[in-house]
Amino acid sequence: MPEDKPDQKPASPPPPAAGEKPAAAAAPPKPAGEPAKPATPAKPAGPVPQPWESEMVERFCRRFGSGIDPKTYLGQNYIVADPSIVYQLLQMLRDSEQFDYCVDVTAVHYPQRKDQEFDVVWILYSFPRNERVRVKTMLKDGDPAPSVVALWGTANWLERECYDMFGIRFEGHPDLRRILLPDGWKGHPLRKEYGITQQDSEWVKLNLGIESGQ
Amino acid sequence: MADILKSEQSPSSVEHIEAEKGVDQPFLDATELILNMGPQHPSTHGVLRVILKLDGEKVLNTECVIGYLHRGVEKIAEHRTYAMFNPYVDRMDYVAAVSNGLGYCEAVEKLLNVEAPPRAQWVRTILTELNRIASHQLWLGTHALDIGAITPLFYTFRDREEILKIFEKYCGARLTTHAFRIGGCLYETYDGFEQDVKKFCDFVTPKVDEYETLLTTNRIWLERTKGVGVLKAEDCIDLGVTGPVLRASGVKWDLRKAQPYAAYKNFEFDIPTGQNGDTYDRYLVRVAEMRQALRIIRQAVDSIPEGPIMGKVPKVMKPPVGEIYHSIEAPKGELGYFIVSDGSTQPYRVRVRPPSFVNLQALSKMVEGALVADVVAVIGTLDIVLGEVDR
Repeated sequence: MPEDKPDQKPASPPPPAAGEKPAAAAAPPKPAGEPAKPATPAKPAGPVPQPWESEMVERFCRRFGSGIDPKTYLGQNYIVADPSIVYQLLQMLRDSEQFDYCVDVTAVHYPQRKDQEFDVVWILYSFPRNERVRVKTMLKDGDPAPSVVALWGTANWLERECYDMFGIRFEGHPDLRRILLPDGWKGHPLRKEYGITQQDSEWVKLNLGIESGQ
Repeated sequence: MADILKSEQSPSSVEHIEAEKGVDQPFLDATELILNMGPQHPSTHGVLRVILKLDGEKVLNTECVIGYLHRGVEKIAEHRTYAMFNPYVDRMDYVAAVSNGLGYCEAVEKLLNVEAPPRAQWVRTILTELNRIASHQLWLGTHALDIGAITPLFYTFRDREEILKIFEKYCGARLTTHAFRIGGCLYETYDGFEQDVKKFCDFVTPKVDEYETLLTTNRIWLERTKGVGVLKAEDCIDLGVTGPVLRASGVKWDLRKAQPYAAYKNFEFDIPTGQNGDTYDRYLVRVAEMRQALRIIRQAVDSIPEGPIMGKVPKVMKPPVGEIYHSIEAPKGELGYFIVSDGSTQPYRVRVRPPSFVNLQALSKMVEGALVADVVAVIGTLDIVLGEVDR
C-alpha cells in the first residue's frame, strides 16, 4: 500500500506542514531575539530547531546567561547546557521548576565532533505541569558527567547503563559498575567505533569456554 | 548451597564471595546468609538473578543481576533502516509486542512529520488495548501461580488465547505481531474483525469478574499480598516507576490521558488508582485496567472511521536531521523512544526507555525487611519482562 505514490508525497506536502508550525511559533521571537538562526537555510528539507522562549527559560537565562541554549524542535523543548553548569541547571529544574520525574539518562556518540564526542541527554518530566524537557550537554571523551542520583533515585541504573554502553563516567555515582554486560567485559558497545559483530572474545573464551564468533 | 556452607566455615572464602557479588559489608554476621535466586528460576519470570542477603527469613539487602538476555537492540537499530528495525522492537516486551510497535512507529512518524490516517489510529488503539488485556492476563496468571494459586493461570491463558486468535487473523502472528508500519497499518482489517472484537469483549467481561471471584476476597491471597512490597507515591516518583505500579500508589497519571496519542482522546475511560501501594492494590488496579481497556475497545470498534489504513510515507525514509522523544503508556509503564536522525536511511541512535528496567530498580526498596516468600510476590507484582529489561 505505501508503494502508491512514494515520490509525490515527500516532495510536496510535508515541507509546508513542517515549515508552518515553527514559522508560526517563532515569528514573534525572531525579530526580538538574536538573528543567529538564519545561518542554516541550506537544508530546506526539514524543520530547523527554533529558539524556545518561555518564562521558565527567562529565569534560566538570567541565572546562567550564555551557558544555556534553549531550543524547540517539532514541538519538543530542550536546553543545550555547558557541562560546567549542567548540574546546577538540573537541580534548578527539579527544585524550583517541579520537574520531579527523571524519565531517562542516555548518551549519543559523535566521534567526528572534536572535543565534544558525547551528547549526554537527560529527559525530564513534571507531573504538576505535564511538561517534558530535555537537557543536553556535550562532553569530551573521557570527561566525567555529573551524576544526578542525589536528585532522582532512578538515575542510578540509567547512569550505570550509560557507563556500560558508552564508557561515560558519572561523577558522584554511588556504585558505578556495568549493568547489562558482565563486569570483566572490555569495550563499550554503543560507541560508534565498536563493530556490530564485535565481542570481547577473550572474555567469552575465558568464561564460557567457547571460541567467540558469529 | 555449597557456597553458603563454605562461607560459614572460613572467613577468607567469605571475603571472596563478598567481593565477587559486590555486597557492601566485608563479612557476614553469624546469622546472615546469602541466597542466590535465579537466573534459572520459575518465579523470576525469565533470566533475572537476585542476590539476597538474609537474616533468617528476613531480607536485609538485595541486588539484581541483569543482562542475561542482552541482545544489543539499540546497537542493531543503528545498522538497520527505520522500517527494518520495526520488527525488532516486538522482541523487547514480547508479551506486549503491539505496544512496542505503536511507540516506535509513532516516534518515527513524528520525526518524519507524517501522521497515520484516522482509520489506522483506531485499529492501532483497538489492537493495543487488546494487547494490554493479554499482557495483564498473562501477568495475573503467572503472578497468582507464584503465590500458590494455580487456577487463575488456566483461566487467564484460556481467555488470552482469544486475543491471540484475533491477532493471528489480523496479521498472521500471535506474539511478535509486527502489526503496525510507519505511517499506519499494513493490513486492512479482515472481514468480521469488528464482530470478532465485540464477541471477545462480551466473552471476556464476565471472565474478568471470574478472576476476581478466585482472588479478591480469597483469604490466602489477601494474606500474601496485603501490605507486601509497599511503595509510597513519592518513592515511585523518585525511582521513576510508572504504569500500574505508580497508579496503585495513588498517583493518577496515565500517558493516554496526560499526553494522548493514537486515538485515545476520542474515548472515555477512567484511570484506576489504589491507595496503599501494596501488592494487593496493584492487583486491583490491573484488573480494573482490563475493564477500562474493554471500555475503550467497545467505543473504538463502534466508531472505526472509513478511509485508508496506510498513510503516504516515502518509500525510502530519510527523516530530517534532529531528535525526538516519544513515549506511550505500555501495559508496564512509560515506554519511550529517543531517536536521533542524521538525515540518512538508518537511525543514528535509538534509545529505548524501558518501563520494566526502571521499575525493577524499585525491587530493593520494596523487599527491604520482607520475607523471602514476599520477594517472589514482589517480582511478580512489578510485572517485568526480561526481554525488555535487558534489551
